[in-house]
Amino acid sequence: MATGNESCTHVYRVYMHAAPEAVWDAIVNPDSTEQYGYRVRCAYDLRAGSAFMGFPSKEMRSLGLPNAIVDGVVVEVDPPRRFVHTWRMLITPELASEGFTRVTWDIDGGRFGVTRLTLTHELAGAPAVARLTSGGTEDEGGGGGWNWVLSGLKTFVESGKTLGTEGADPS
Amino acid sequence: MTADDLVFRALADPTRRFLLDLLFQRDGRTLTELESELDMTRFGVMKHLRVLEDAGLVVARRSGREKLHFLNPIPIQLIHERWIDKYRERHASALINLKTQLEDMA
Repeated sequence: MATGNESCTHVYRVYMHAAPEAVWDAIVNPDSTEQYGYRVRCAYDLRAGSAFMGFPSKEMRSLGLPNAIVDGVVVEVDPPRRFVHTWRMLITPELASEGFTRVTWDIDGGRFGVTRLTLTHELAGAPAVARLTSGGTEDEGGGGGWNWVLSGLKTFVESGKTLGTEGADPS
Repeated sequence: MTADDLVFRALADPTRRFLLDLLFQRDGRTLTELESELDMTRFGVMKHLRVLEDAGLVVARRSGREKLHFLNPIPIQLIHERWIDKYRERHASALINLKTQLEDMA
């Protein structure tokens, strides 16, 4: 029998043509994290026990977003293989009240220059956050959750490009 | 076969789509749990899960003595992006829209 906790865990896996070190950099380097997904600048102090916050771009802050979008505490750092941290959504009081969830990034370098990234999000007690991170609010304009973040990360790591802008009017 | 071909092949079968729907409703299930929802032999369900795993649509994880199956939506997302997403622009507004929408709900 499943204990029930597993059903509150979501797993996302994506393969990339890139070295594990490049994938690691895309996850932990704030200059990289603001290049894909929700464009949140995540400034980690890469030591277990240290707190971090994720900030929206200046442009988005000027449109009325809170200063910090997410926060959490670093749990485990093993570059370029494994990064574990807690994660709390701060964008609304309702989401913030669901408290800290746990995110694990596993990076496995394989043959032929392909790296496998697996993100495990443990979401017990956080149904509204789970709906958001699984893309359940996408049709309402909430963005595609981890799905979208990780495919953007793949595009960024493989090509240096930012997903969704290639067809956009540059003006 | 390319990665896209594996995904399309996996999705072409109604039983496999049903398995994905089951995992969408509740993730992290064992073979025994999934089998109980289908009128099919255990071996048949295993074969279908294998095709889904090969396509990357299901990720299996060991948890103690059990093997749990999780839905991985990313391969479908990548196809979606390749076919649809390049025609629209949305990243800049996503967080703003999200905040507005959540506030409207509250």
